[in-house]
Amino acid sequence: MARMKGATVVDTERCKGCNLCVVACPLDVLALTGKEVNRKGYNFAHEVLSDTCTGCASCATVCPDGCITVYRLKTE
Amino acid sequence: MKGNEAIAHAAIRCGCDGYFGYPITPQSEVLETLAEQKPWETTGMVVLQAESEVSSINMVYGGASTGKKVMTSSSSPGVSLMQEGISYMAGAELPALIVNVMRGGPGLGTIQPSQSDYFQACKGGGHGDYHLIVLAPASVQEMADFVDLAFTLAFRYRNPAMILADGAIGQMMEKLVLPPFKPRRTEEEIIKECPWATTGRVGGRKPNIITSLELRSEEMEIINLRIQAKYREIEEKEVRYEEFMLDDAEYAIVAFGSAARIAKKSIEIARSQGIKVGLLRPITLWPFPTKEIQTLASRVKGILSLEINAGQMVEDIRLAVEGAVPVRHFGRLGGIIPDPDEVVDVLKRSF
Amino acid sequence: MTREEIIEKGQVVYKKPTLLNDTPMHYCPGCSHGVVHKLVAEVVEEMGMTEKTIAISPVGCAVFAYKYIDVDWQEAAHGRAPALASATKRLWPDRLVFTYQGDGDLACIGTAETIHALNRAENITIIFINNAIYGMTGGQMAPTTLLGMKTATCPYGREVSLHGYPLKITELAANLDGTCYVTRQSVHSVAAINRAKKAIRKAFEYSMQGKGSNLVEIVSTCNSGWKMSPEKANKWMEENMFAFYHLGDLKDTGADK
Repeated sequence: MARMKGATVVDTERCKGCNLCVVACPLDVLALTGKEVNRKGYNFAHEVLSDTCTGCASCATVCPDGCITVYRLKTE
Repeated sequence: MKGNEAIAHAAIRCGCDGYFGYPITPQSEVLETLAEQKPWETTGMVVLQAESEVSSINMVYGGASTGKKVMTSSSSPGVSLMQEGISYMAGAELPALIVNVMRGGPGLGTIQPSQSDYFQACKGGGHGDYHLIVLAPASVQEMADFVDLAFTLAFRYRNPAMILADGAIGQMMEKLVLPPFKPRRTEEEIIKECPWATTGRVGGRKPNIITSLELRSEEMEIINLRIQAKYREIEEKEVRYEEFMLDDAEYAIVAFGSAARIAKKSIEIARSQGIKVGLLRPITLWPFPTKEIQTLASRVKGILSLEINAGQMVEDIRLAVEGAVPVRHFGRLGGIIPDPDEVVDVLKRSF
Repeated sequence: MTREEIIEKGQVVYKKPTLLNDTPMHYCPGCSHGVVHKLVAEVVEEMGMTEKTIAISPVGCAVFAYKYIDVDWQEAAHGRAPALASATKRLWPDRLVFTYQGDGDLACIGTAETIHALNRAENITIIFINNAIYGMTGGQMAPTTLLGMKTATCPYGREVSLHGYPLKITELAANLDGTCYVTRQSVHSVAAINRAKKAIRKAFEYSMQGKGSNLVEIVSTCNSGWKMSPEKANKWMEENMFAFYHLGDLKDTGADK
């Protein structure tokens, strides 16, 4: 069965850790880092369940800073 | 033709792109004449009656930001309302023309002529360190001629310019020769001549930003210093004035606009009584003819500043003269225009 | 299939619009401004208007909008953006001219400029960010602050007897003959963002078609000013703001003109 596989790339230095992408993701693919911070001192979003992503781009759509690029590939 | 009407006709003829204004006595004829002339059907000039002077000046700010030749006109209380916008334009370095046909204040004051906005026009007016280029017409002819001159200077230095007239010049009817027609610049010409203007990123150039904001102190100081250097250059190159019967003068009157016309009559009367007096008429109030007045002070025994106000330009004269000779002021207030004979009496009493 | 393979072989389904440049935006984490900036950049880009757009930024949080969206910008004095836009559009009728203003700028100090520009049917679009508070100056009461809402200048909550009522300026605008399209949107969810984008596109198209003035209000969060997390602010907005500021089109006469 054809299935959509997705991947997100977060510009972690641009990310301000607002968490809105984490909330928007229907499949809990993203999470904020626990302790790690970027140069501005923010916890940032990253993929924690990469195999689950379908590339729906909800995370990127709600991201106020345009930090997320979403890729999608159809697989058999 | 009235002085106010001359302004309107001159604007159309000098290729002005837009006028934005709000009615106020004694200058409403500017907007009325423009509305009657319908230049949008001939030259394509935009004419718009705004909801307030605040809006008018900000329309001018927007229009000037696009490199177009835009102007407004008002009278004293209205020009007070415009000060915020004028300061922004000086800060963003925008060329535009503001006409102030002065009436007496303070407050709502009177609708009669006055010159009591000299400080406001020449010393900045709004907040921040800035100057306008200020031209003072003394005839209906000059009302017409200074429109094009003001635009020329405004664009040369990217700085707002002001025609500082008064109710007498605005309402006075005189014969004049209207300046020849000059076409409005095409959009291509504007884009070429004003590479800084917000015209849209034509040809994919980098974005242009018109702003007076800079939060970094070091950068803001650099911007201020650059603007100040521009002012020094204007002071060096653009001083304009008229001399009248000064060659053999023992006393001098310094006066601008309507007051200069009275001064000429007073000089005629005084000379018939054997008093050798002449006139220096600043045409640019800013830049002020400081050096010329300094030189004048070395060859006369006293200077009278004749103004239709409580004594404003006299401060600049005193700064120029540096105590070399006595400097006196005479003026009438409340919209009263001094009588030439009383000026002669003051001359006699003062020196 | 690895993540790397998807990135290498897959198609890009979402990326930051090119017109939104790489300068980090000064907005607080989770601020609605960022989303609206993205939408505006996307619409200008998709309409092919990059070389023909002149935008006006306000005083308030969005004062620096000109640093982020790569079109020509004029930075207006507080509340005066519609006056700048009116002149700019009249002098350059084939340009896309829009203002981007907050509630303090548009609905308080700039009420006169807003109402009159809209009612003159200037062919412009006003993007109005309504977060019911003054964000830039540190969270003071705005004309749009809800009754009972606490701000720095109504610390015990907005009260009618002290502060009067919150202003629904968008409803006012819808009653003006000069307006063509007046709508109230939000950007708190994917669906809402998609609707808001369509609204901005429609407004921009109407202004280019000379159909009159257009107002797109975006009911927004100011999580710093509201002292909430971005997520909580969205919830609070849904429960409180939407109950007073109803979402949807208030007027659309574009099809009739």
